[in-house]
This record gives sequence, C-alpha cells and structure tokens, in this order.
Amino acid sequence: MMPVKKSIAEVSCEPGSEPPGEMWELRLYVAGQTPNSLTAFENLKNICQEHLEGRYRIEVIDLVANPQLAKGDQIIAVPTLIRKLPTPVKKIIGNLSNTEKVLVGLDLRKVN
Amino acid sequence: MRQKGRNKGGIKTTDTRELAKVPSGIKGFDVITGGGLPKGRPSLVSGGPGCGKTLFAMEFIIRGITDYNEPGVFVAFEEKIDDLKKNFKSLGFDLDDLAGQKKLVLDHIFIDKTEIEETGEYDLEGLFIRLGALIDEVGAKRIAIDTLEAIFSGFCNEAILRSELRRLFLWLKDKGITAVVTGERGDRTITKYGLEEYVADCVITLDHRITNQIATRRLRIIKYRGSVHGTDEYPFLISQDGISVLPITSLSLSHTATTERIGSGIPRLDTMLGGMGYYRGSSVLVSGQAGTGKTSIAATFADAACRRGEKCLFMVFEESESQLTRNMRSIGLNLGQWVKKGLLKFHAVRPTAYSLEMHLSMMIKFIEEYEPQVIIVDPISNLYPVGDDIQVRSMLMRLIDYAKSSQITGLFTNLSADEVSNAYALEATHLHVSSLMDTWMILKHIEGNGERNRAFSIVKARGLAHSNQLREFILTSQGIQLLDLYKGSEGVFFGSARVAQENREAASRVIRNEEIERKQRELDRKKRIMENEIAMLKEKFARDEDDIRILIEQDLSREKSVEQGKKDLAVLRNAEKRGSNRGE
Repeated sequence: MMPVKKSIAEVSCEPGSEPPGEMWELRLYVAGQTPNSLTAFENLKNICQEHLEGRYRIEVIDLVANPQLAKGDQIIAVPTLIRKLPTPVKKIIGNLSNTEKVLVGLDLRKVN
Repeated sequence: MRQKGRNKGGIKTTDTRELAKVPSGIKGFDVITGGGLPKGRPSLVSGGPGCGKTLFAMEFIIRGITDYNEPGVFVAFEEKIDDLKKNFKSLGFDLDDLAGQKKLVLDHIFIDKTEIEETGEYDLEGLFIRLGALIDEVGAKRIAIDTLEAIFSGFCNEAILRSELRRLFLWLKDKGITAVVTGERGDRTITKYGLEEYVADCVITLDHRITNQIATRRLRIIKYRGSVHGTDEYPFLISQDGISVLPITSLSLSHTATTERIGSGIPRLDTMLGGMGYYRGSSVLVSGQAGTGKTSIAATFADAACRRGEKCLFMVFEESESQLTRNMRSIGLNLGQWVKKGLLKFHAVRPTAYSLEMHLSMMIKFIEEYEPQVIIVDPISNLYPVGDDIQVRSMLMRLIDYAKSSQITGLFTNLSADEVSNAYALEATHLHVSSLMDTWMILKHIEGNGERNRAFSIVKARGLAHSNQLREFILTSQGIQLLDLYKGSEGVFFGSARVAQENREAASRVIRNEEIERKQRELDRKKRIMENEIAMLKEKFARDEDDIRILIEQDLSREKSVEQGKKDLAVLRNAEKRGSNRGE
C-alpha cells in the first residue's frame, strides 16, 4: 500500500551506512489511487530497493489533492516519475512495469 | 460597434428547437453559423500553419470576456505565454489586463518527447486535472486548447492517446464548457491525427490559399450538428481588430427597391434616363475603351452625390487620390472640397495588392465604417488579373448585393477590350458582368476624319424609359456634355465633322433664306405692278364711263326734242287738240 492518503508522501530508506554515491531524489506524480498509481509505486519501490539501496528518496504527489502542482513539472500523463537528482532531470511516464525501460530512463543501467 | 453588420446575410437566427449557441464574438462568424458555436460543447478549428487558428481560438476567448462576460481559459501547447501576450498585443488584445481582472487564464503546456520515457500504462489524468484547475480558477465558461494535437508528438502510445482524447471531449462536454480545440490540417484528413473523430458537433476549417501569388484566407464550416449553417467558403480577414468573416453571399434576392431617383450629375444624361437619373440603390455599369471618359462620368456622379450632401466612397484601382483629384479639375470638378467636408472618401489601391476576397472584404469594411450612399469602383476590369472570370463575377455580385441591401447606389466602370471598335456592335463584358447591372452605358471611340471622338449610349436601364439615341460625349472644362449626333446619308458625324456639318447647314440656311427673300421681293413687285394696272384701268374706266354717259344724255335729249317737234307739228296741222294729250 502506498502512502498517498497524504497529499505529499515521502518514503525514505534508512540512512545509508555506506556513503558512496549521491542521493537520488525521485518524485512520482499520480492522480488518486488508481491501479496504475499503485502499480507504479510498487514498481518504483522495488527498483529503488534493488538498485539504489539507501540512496533514494521518493516523493509521491497526488494531483487530485494538489492540482496546482501539475504545472511545475509540466505533468500531463500520470503516473509520471521525475528524477530531480541527480541532474539532469529525467521524466518517465507509465506504471513503470517495464523495468528495463525504467532503468534506461533513470540512467541506472551502468550501476549494475 | 461590433454588432454592426451582423444579421446580414439572410440566415435565420437560432430557433429555440435548435441547439443552444454561444456567440463567438468573431465578426461575421455568428451570422454564418446562425448564432455562434454550440453551447457547452467542443468545436474543432483546423487548418494549416499560419491560417489563423490560434487567433480564432484567442478571439473566441477574449470576445467572450469583453463582449459576453464569460471568463475563459486559453491553453497553449505550442506558444509560450509571453510570446502569446506579445503577439496579441499587436492585435489590440491586452491579455495581461484581462488576466489581472481574473477573467482570463493563460497556460502553456509543454511537451518534450526527448525527455520522456514510456514505461508502461498511463493516462492523461494530469492534463484533465490541469485543465480542471484552470477552469475553476476563473469559473471559465469558455476554453480554447491550441493545439491539442501536440500531445501526439509527445507520446508514443496512440491507443492510449485516442481513448484519452475521447475521454477529454466527453469530460469537456460534462463540464458544460464551450470549447474551441484547434488542430493541424492533415494530408487527406481534416486534422493530422483525426481529431474530427472526437469532436462531433462543430468542425470548422481555416485555409490560407495562394492563387496567382495572392493569398486569401477562407473559413468553412464542415459540419455543425443540429444546426443550419452556411456551407460556402467564406473569406475572412485578419485586421487590427481581429478576424472578420464575411457572410456576404446573400442567399436571396430580397432587397427592396425604391422608386427614388438620383441625378447622375449630367443633366442631359438624366433626361436620357427617363428624366430623373438612376434609381437609388441600383447598380450602374459604365464600360468603354481606354480614355473614353469612364472615370469622368464616375467622378461627375460622385460630385453630384456630394452636392446632394450624400457620402460617396470612391474606390480607385488605377490612379492615386491626388492624381484623380487633379485630373478631374480639368473638367471643372473640385473633388478636393468634398474630401475636406468628409463627404467623399477615396480608397486607392493596386488591384494586385491583395486577393479578390480581400478586396471585397476591404470594400465591405470601408462601407460599413463610412456608410456611404454612393460607391464607385473604377475600374472593375482591373480585378481580372487577380482572379478568374467566375471569381470576379461572384465578387462583384456579392458587392452589388451588399450595396443593394443597404440602398447604396453603385457605379462601376469597366475597361472594354480594344477589338470592339464598331460603334454599333454591342460589346461583350467579361463573363456578362453587365447582367448584374441595372443600368449599362457604353462609351466608344469613333475614329474617322483623322480624329477620335467619343460616342455615348445607354444599352439598358432596368425600369427606366431611356433614350435609344447615340450621343456625342464631350469633356469640357465645364464638365461632361452629351451632344446630338448628325446623322445623314453619309453616316454619323462626330467631332470636327459634326462642326463642319453644322457649318454647312448654317451656310445652306443662309442661302435658303436669301432665296426666300428674293422670291418675296419678286412677289411684292408683281403685286405692286398688278395694283398699278388695276388703278390705271379703273381710271380709264371712269373716264370712259363719263364719256358714254354724256353721249347717252345727248342722245336722250335729242330724241326728246324730236318728239316735241313732231307734236308741235301736229298741233300746227290741227291733227291734235292743242293742249290735249298725245295719243288721244
């Protein structure tokens, strides 16, 4: 279950014991608790767990509750995942079920 | 101000049974659609680049705010808000001001495909939410989305896009918001991505066509469900105050005709036209070869109109205002004074400056602004390089119809082809433009005797008992004169031949007069002789009478004396008693 009851939810991993690598800041835009939103959140969590253990922060924004926030990141499709950090900003849409594409989109491939 | 000119064109306004409509506020558009766009529904405006889609959408929003007090939202996919503001400022729309009044929201939705990776299923709820937020921000009744199709370039999954678009239009309908959605024209379809599939109610195409290097903008309503609408391609203008669509193809010939007559400015011509000149609101064609005096007739008519205190719009395609004014001074017309008084306005422009439709649009626009009683177009033949016969005819027809419906008298000049030089042949106008005209007058060059002269005649004058005579047309410093022609066994005399004939006639008249006088004198003389003779005879007779009378008396007295002598003798002989009666 993803914590979208709050309009802006933050899910952080435990402070990492290993310092290497910079902090990943990810923002997931959803519109209510639709199946796609839930799937996207699950997939994102899994990917982060696997590839960014201890180095990520996910911010979930529910546009139904905060419609004005859609403008800043030019959100049209939901779910949309934005990689705020590290720069450059990356934008990924869809429910993130195509892991391969998500990794490409987030530039995570080289990590493995 | 903008209300003016609407409801012309003869389309009935919305029936209550028909779809509810929202006036777009775009000049002329509401006339051809019979009231505007379908209320609470999306309409599609499609067209190629630079055809005015964005302006149409923006004007719909702005007029909604300024004219109908309906707040609006403008969503741009392609242009940045700052650019939009700048662009529309040049058209006189202050977007900042309206936004400041909380009546307008502008938003730029930016899609960049290069930074988007698609990783599974998604929907466009984000767009819906954004639009919803914008609509709620000002309580919008109108929304314009320009150009929605940009999302097709931003996302790959067409299946999702299409179902989302369908959902978007249903959503807009549910919201009860009147929407204008623009789309790029496709190769064979109305829009590139087939948006017309989703917008079932009203589809409008805008077109920017170039013929003979001249561009014309046109608007057509492809469909309008549940409503009667004009089906033609309507030319439209983009001017300083936005779009104006011109619904000037009148659907019927229903203009009322007056019996009022107005003078042509040439007294003799008025006489030829049944005594009082043209009908008000009629169309007059003056055709003739180069230099026959068409413009002079037109200018004289303009002058006459201004003298009556009427306003005249003079559209010139060949000369500039000052050139025409100067030239007309040579026939005693001071047009400059009327310009100063505001009774005469020139609109001088090269025919190739714009397309036919644009010319028509400009003319109509000028007429609406200036409201003249008389319009002059000099000459219509100069429009032929701009359009083909059918187009020119159709344009003139619409101009004439428009003028007639407003009771404006129109005088048009037409340059005839040079081949037609026979004075008596009826010249052909291009594609029978003449049939559009109520009165048709022809000017011709007649060559002969080493000179060129002008002949004038009235070919037709609907409803006027006009003269069938040819006249010689002369331009003098006092104006135009129409003189009688001399016609005889040797033909028709013009110019100096006419003068010579006049002289000859004068000479022979002198001779005739002398002859008569001579005969008169002869007669007098004879009479005097006769009278003398009578007097002499009378005298002689009187003398004779006296003589004869004397003789008679002498005879009588002689007889008496003889008688007495006989009596005396008898007495003497006692044959008779003395003193007794004779015969006893």
